[in-house]
Amino acid sequence: MHELSLSSAIVNTVVKHAADRPVTTVYLRVGALRQVVSDTLDFYFEFVARGTVCEGARLEQELIPASLRCRGCGQEWQIEIPAFRCPECGGSEVEVASGDEFEVEAIDVEEAQCIAPR
Amino acid sequence: MHRTKVRIVEDALDANNTIASANRADFDRAGVKVVNFMSAPGAGKTTLLERVVTDLPGVRVGVLEGDVEGSMDADRLAHLHIPVTQLNTGAGFGGECHLDANMVRSAIPALPLDDIDLLLVENVGNLVCPAEFRIGEDARVMVTAVTEGEDKPLKYPLMFRACELVIVNKIDLLPHLDFDLEKLLYNIDVVHPDVERVVLSARTGEGLEAWREWLLRLGARQEAIA
Repeated sequence: MHELSLSSAIVNTVVKHAADRPVTTVYLRVGALRQVVSDTLDFYFEFVARGTVCEGARLEQELIPASLRCRGCGQEWQIEIPAFRCPECGGSEVEVASGDEFEVEAIDVEEAQCIAPR
Repeated sequence: MHRTKVRIVEDALDANNTIASANRADFDRAGVKVVNFMSAPGAGKTTLLERVVTDLPGVRVGVLEGDVEGSMDADRLAHLHIPVTQLNTGAGFGGECHLDANMVRSAIPALPLDDIDLLLVENVGNLVCPAEFRIGEDARVMVTAVTEGEDKPLKYPLMFRACELVIVNKIDLLPHLDFDLEKLLYNIDVVHPDVERVVLSARTGEGLEAWREWLLRLGARQEAIA
């Protein structure tokens, strides 16, 4: 259900960078830990984009797998389930190496053709 | 027309985080500590506030009530004679299901920051969205009730990780439930190892002292940064 708010956040970020140019594709990096339902995000994005430069744009979502690093023993591992204790040493000082992302990486925009001087 | 790729690489929640930092700076300047209080609907947030806010010696408490609609929770706190400010999220499209930094920012002028040391912000009851949006708080507390099931941490890891304290409420109901408290505590530890936990019953008062002490520690009066 947070996909609605997240869609608004994406559109606001894109509008800021699009400088009024129509956007055709938004490239988004989504970490697995963000609990984002991809189809739901598509649905709300299409809706929230209406009336903005993002109207009709395609949302290209790249899913980033979750991987963790233990500060205690240096172990790195990927997780499928949300278990955050180090499997090697049992430590709790664990940092997220990847999987926390929710970033707009790039956009494709339509540029008006330069009018060549006659 | 031709197509150009524009590289951005920006966290989509940056705008919210920037406003949250501005809120935090305002709170720091006033010497006010802020708690973002989150849970599913009905876990007992308002009762947990009711039970402790008038019993924190030396700490002047204010409450900011976030609700989609209405002022039922604020009305419930009225008899406590502490400053309660209502913040409705209903103005948005269908009513936002969480507080964000901008909503809290809009409420700041209405907050008696000079007269309080600790601001408890009761977020909208929801286990998903509030976890995504910082509001400029010093600490986040989430409440889970034993009526909710032992697997909640595994289903809502984002929320169980986005907090510095987990309160397990309604333990007076344990004799009536097929609920394994140890299993819940184990699952909390799986998702958020070593997070601080308080197990209590807001109804009977069992364990309430630890919640009170936690707030006292956080709310100990700060000198305002002139």
